[in-house]
Amino acid sequence: MRLPWWSTGSLALLLILLLAGLPLLAIALEAGQINLPSVLSNAYTQRVIRFSIVQAALSTLLSLGLAIPVALALSHEPRFPGRSTLITLYSLSLVIPTVVAIFGIVAVYGRTGWFNTFLTSLSIEPLSLYGLNGILLAHVFFNMPFATRVLLQSLDGIPGEQWRLATQLGMPYRSRFRHIEWPALRPSLPGLTALIFALCFTSFAIVMTLGGGPRATTIEVAIYQALRFDFDLNMAVTLACIQLVLCTVLMVFSTLLARHIDSTIGFSGLLKPVRWRPTNTHRWIGILTISIATMFVLLPLLGLVFATANTKFLTVITDSLTLLAIGNTLVTAVVSAFLSVALALGLLISTRHLRVRLHHERAGIWLQLAGNIILVLPPLVLGTGLFLLLQPLADVFSLALLLVIAINSLTALPFVVRMLEAPMMQAGRQHDRLLQSLGIDAWHRWRIIDWPLLRRPIGLALAVAATLSAGDLTAIALFGSERFKTLPLLLYQRMGSYRLDEAAVTAGILLALCLFLFASLQRIIGGRAHA
Amino acid sequence: MLELNELRYSVAGLSWYFEHQASTHSVNAILGKSGSGKSTLLNLIAGFLQPQSGDILWHGQSLLKLPPDQRPVTSLFQHHNLFPHLTVEQNVGLGLHPGLKLNPGERQKLLNVLDQVGLPDQSHKRPAELSGGEQQRVALARCLLRQRPILILDEPFSALDADTRRGMIELTLDVIEQYQPCVFMVTHDVRDADAMGADMLEIRENRLFHVN
Repeated sequence: MRLPWWSTGSLALLLILLLAGLPLLAIALEAGQINLPSVLSNAYTQRVIRFSIVQAALSTLLSLGLAIPVALALSHEPRFPGRSTLITLYSLSLVIPTVVAIFGIVAVYGRTGWFNTFLTSLSIEPLSLYGLNGILLAHVFFNMPFATRVLLQSLDGIPGEQWRLATQLGMPYRSRFRHIEWPALRPSLPGLTALIFALCFTSFAIVMTLGGGPRATTIEVAIYQALRFDFDLNMAVTLACIQLVLCTVLMVFSTLLARHIDSTIGFSGLLKPVRWRPTNTHRWIGILTISIATMFVLLPLLGLVFATANTKFLTVITDSLTLLAIGNTLVTAVVSAFLSVALALGLLISTRHLRVRLHHERAGIWLQLAGNIILVLPPLVLGTGLFLLLQPLADVFSLALLLVIAINSLTALPFVVRMLEAPMMQAGRQHDRLLQSLGIDAWHRWRIIDWPLLRRPIGLALAVAATLSAGDLTAIALFGSERFKTLPLLLYQRMGSYRLDEAAVTAGILLALCLFLFASLQRIIGGRAHA
Repeated sequence: MLELNELRYSVAGLSWYFEHQASTHSVNAILGKSGSGKSTLLNLIAGFLQPQSGDILWHGQSLLKLPPDQRPVTSLFQHHNLFPHLTVEQNVGLGLHPGLKLNPGERQKLLNVLDQVGLPDQSHKRPAELSGGEQQRVALARCLLRQRPILILDEPFSALDADTRRGMIELTLDVIEQYQPCVFMVTHDVRDADAMGADMLEIRENRLFHVN
């Protein structure tokens, strides 16, 4: 019995279509009744749309504007003790659950946080974290370190010869920047801009916790409010349609820009890092930049750690509400991670056949794009569709577990596909003729070839997907209730009712749970270091 | 006898036309510049590529409908003949069963073949623990085990140093001696072809010619 090559891909595609296509259809059917001109002239919708765009643009500008000097400073100092630890720290903000980081940010920059205490002691007016300020701060906290890593990689790719040449020619720093560093940075900027903009544009947890009322609300949060507080399905559908259109535009735009990146990155990361001796003034500016950026990333993490160790620790950790939430979080995280990886493998096994064996590169990539559905249909839009679809049939909140798993697995899917694509295609390309001539396919291929070669990247993908899902506050905010809560929702509620000590312990538990999930999945599925 | 009947293949604006007959136990060397289509011809015979028209016949039967693993063909490539994560024994065993389900008789045959290529006690090593020449011997052992009547050698000696290469050529001649396959080898070194006592063919202007 030989399963045809397209079977896994079709199955994955079918599941994705069921999970995302049906809700989309439900929205489309409902959307016919919307009076578009009146909606667009509505002051509230106008303000929400404007705010979504403005905050995303400012967040992107600030994140990149700060990441460029930090990346330059780090690349000018190729060897100082702790440099690689620092770079690892910069990727931590990607894994850490959003609510947990927000808690750390509040501990540092909140009304009674370290920063404002410090300002007050200097008799400076304390800063308010809520509203645009807080949203920008949190977005920069998440995206600046990420952008720094990407840019640093581009800078590290500059061939050493260029620096030697610049030194021989006696170029001052300004011309070195213009002729060497800027050309290396420029190719990754459009894609990075598009990605950060899209992330901030659809950001939910940050805006929900740090946004202040209707003045600082994005489309995602407005959909949530329409569904959960105003019970205004019409409003939710309207906003979902607007979001859908804007996300589609963004997606097309960033796909075009990303293609531009791929074709312009010429050099590999194998080349030696920069060898250049900057002047003393430059060095001090650089060291100062690195220190400030590191403090910015490190302080909220420290704030979290300090806050966790408080007198409520034992009470919270033995609380039945906490224990139940831990169980719910574990189940959702593990099941959505496996579902996500299964969908990705299903798609990739078929696209690999299309791309490697049949040489239909373009068709394969199109199929693979199905994994990006959540970028066009962000969680709240998907949630609106699911509401419309299921409300006439059942009590939506009693299906919370399933719905949260479905949304979370689709949310992780773009990351999972991206992580597994390269190793799968590479292994496929290298061995394709041999596999064909020996007739190793389907189940034999999976068991003898793919699984042993791919279990490490699969373990990593599972770990990342589970961590993302464990930290999710979007799907659970929409579908959670007194009957079904995960740790992020519990943390959000404890923060919201100013039970900060309990919130701190909950944040600590959630962070520990994420680290545990990450390490254990990577170990159990990925196997030991041996490949 | 292997017959290439008005075989046409084109890709990316290039097109080839092959017409040739090789007897059942002949050794044929295909020469030509890089990019001339030597590997294309081997890939057509092995079934990795499908021609636009024409036919490939083995003893009068068309091979075109058969997938690569069901053709009477086995191949030795320049690189990537072995899976890096499998042992020598597993790599060779895949030649007998694609799911590695071997009975005791087959396993004994496998060990005998490893003996013959001069790798008696290496069956539990992984490719990375072997030299380049030893890796090619493992791949050759698999060809010997499969006993497919058409043996395709796609520059299997090119990546080896001079001494290893000589040893490999001798071993390959041994293998050919043993089961008398119809051999098609691609090389850009005439001396390799000479050492194998091959009939020389050349691809020029996208066609196959005899070299005298």
